Amino acid sequence: MSVHSAHGGADTATGPYRPVFTGETRTRLEELFARYPTKQACLLPALWMVQEERGWISEPAIGEVAEVLELTPAYVKGVVTFYTMYHTHPVGRHFIQVCTTTPCNICGAEEVVRSILAATGCGELGATSPDGRFTVMEVECLGACGFATAILVNDDFIESVTPDKVPGILARYP
Amino acid sequence: MGYPHPSDPKETVVLSKYFGDPEARTYDGWVKRGGYEALRKALGMTREAIVEEVKASGLRGRGGAGFPTGLKWSFMPKDVVKPHYLVCNADESEPGTFKDREIMRWTPHALIEGCAIAAHAIGAERCYIYIRGEFTEPWKVMSAAVREAYAHGALGANAFGSGRRIDIVLHRGAGAYICGEETAMLNSIEGKRGNPRIKPPFPAVAGVFGMPTTVNNVETLAAVPHIINRGAAWYKSLCLGNAKSTGTKLISICGHIQRPGNYEVTMGTPMKEILYDMAGGPPAGRTIKAVIPGGSSVPIMTREEAEAALFDYEGIIEQGSMLGSAGMIVMDDTTDMVYQIWRLARFYAHESCAQCTQCREGTAWTTRVLARILAGQGKQEDYQLLLDLAENMTGKTICVLSDSCAAPVVSGIRKFKDEFEAYIAGAREPALAAV
Ligand SMILES: Cc1cc2nc3c(=O)[nH]c(=O)nc-3n(C[C@H](O)[C@H](O)[C@H](O)COP(=O)(O)O)c2cc1C
Ligand code: SF4
Ligand code: FES
Repeated sequence: MSVHSAHGGADTATGPYRPVFTGETRTRLEELFARYPTKQACLLPALWMVQEERGWISEPAIGEVAEVLELTPAYVKGVVTFYTMYHTHPVGRHFIQVCTTTPCNICGAEEVVRSILAATGCGELGATSPDGRFTVMEVECLGACGFATAILVNDDFIESVTPDKVPGILARYP
Repeated sequence: MGYPHPSDPKETVVLSKYFGDPEARTYDGWVKRGGYEALRKALGMTREAIVEEVKASGLRGRGGAGFPTGLKWSFMPKDVVKPHYLVCNADESEPGTFKDREIMRWTPHALIEGCAIAAHAIGAERCYIYIRGEFTEPWKVMSAAVREAYAHGALGANAFGSGRRIDIVLHRGAGAYICGEETAMLNSIEGKRGNPRIKPPFPAVAGVFGMPTTVNNVETLAAVPHIINRGAAWYKSLCLGNAKSTGTKLISICGHIQRPGNYEVTMGTPMKEILYDMAGGPPAGRTIKAVIPGGSSVPIMTREEAEAALFDYEGIIEQGSMLGSAGMIVMDDTTDMVYQIWRLARFYAHESCAQCTQCREGTAWTTRVLARILAGQGKQEDYQLLLDLAENMTGKTICVLSDSCAAPVVSGIRKFKDEFEAYIAGAREPALAAV
């Protein structure tokens, strides 16, 4: 399983559902089966694959994952909603997570959040900017506290972020 | 090699020797630095001999609880009737802690080697390394290193021709602090919600997939090859304080400090040396007000306590806190303690898995009461309310997340009461809007 970079073709709320687990993705999933004694254990990896392909995890995708792993959709949904990194709604082209837990907080993380919200035009946390480019979330400790403020843009870990660096960072994500 | 700052002469550099050295990330580079000799040696030893060596070294778990590692391994059944598993805890989510990440980023083969030796010692053929979902770079580095280790025969059906099968599977988390709790992690690997399990049964009896399992932290496992190579007596001799705390310890220092980062010290090093000599003390013109020495889940220390403590399991307890994960959060005199304690409570409320009433309700209520105080609406009765909540959250739940929320609140009220008082008396501008 590879870590995804920018989100791929977004799933649409309308139109027929295109299955994720076909061709090469199907093969990758089947390779995973050998690494765990149960199919259920492939659930987190399978959900990552869906998010990698579609950018978020839709209801029909939950249904597909349930089917390929021989689980019920309700069960899969219960797991999806437990973990904060799975998106159950479409997000902007670039997903920004800003750590505001105590170590980053005392080093100015809340100012970083404010400057990112202003510069992206998102206005508020969780909202997507009108141009569909960014969604910003506040998250808990990212495990890089010595390099406050730590942020994740898609899969890029960026450290020691201060408000003055925000415009330069955002410019790298068109 | 120090990272991201140069090594300090007062450090004892064992695990962090190659931090910042990109060549050490490759198989060949690792072998050139003496890597994989410990695994070859261990594969020629019996399970019992390895467990005894690790027991004799005094190595204790670096994930937070400090449980003796060799003893934990000895709980695994002697005969392998059912499959045994090793789970490496690389979920590193404890606020203030960022050491396992550097081990994985710079010395991935040290971890692979440690996992392979531990797997052999506990009779496991497979090891899952559970890496938190946000650790994208460590994931990439570890994936490449595991592939290389297979290609060179260190892993696989016949590890280094020993006849032993050792497989390592990387498992990616998906955002949940609680999955760092070992039984929550086992559920998460099984494809479930990350709810901690009631113990007993302990993982050595019924762990992942119901099979005998050992869970160890990244740093614990990375120390094992050194013990095998250089011997238990050498490891045990690394001790400046209490004889029950041996070896070196990686310390992550963050917050209001001149040179944040990881430092590696011999157990028992005075905390004052770590804070001031190695990490450079607080920013110019400021003084340290408080230190949380072991990740956010341990009691807050005053400057005086921190400066008096020896850095080992016993030394920090003597000064009223715990070593925990050794993530040291330094707060200087500009810090609003009430605000930061509220922020920590909010963290635990957010991360509670909500199975236990005391934790679900207690973390949420604690956060609300603290917010009320910060909004200038606190009352004198709120101290008792917070302490009662903390009392109900301590020692009564399935896991200790609940206790962890209580620790900073209780120690904060005890040690920084004047700051609470200022909000309650209306002597300080509210920091939060009224609720
Ligand atoms: C809420 C909670 C979170 C934890 N998070 C971690 C973690 O991120 N990493 C870790 O190694 N141990 C963590 N632990 C400790 C583990 O449960 C377990 O004790 C440890 O992984 C055992 O390894 P060790 O004996 O090598 O330290 C956590 C415990 C609790 C209660
Ligand atoms: S103490 Fe909290 S986090 Fe731990 S099991 Fe209970 S509810 Fe879940
Ligand atoms: S608190 Fe921000 S990365 Fe840990």
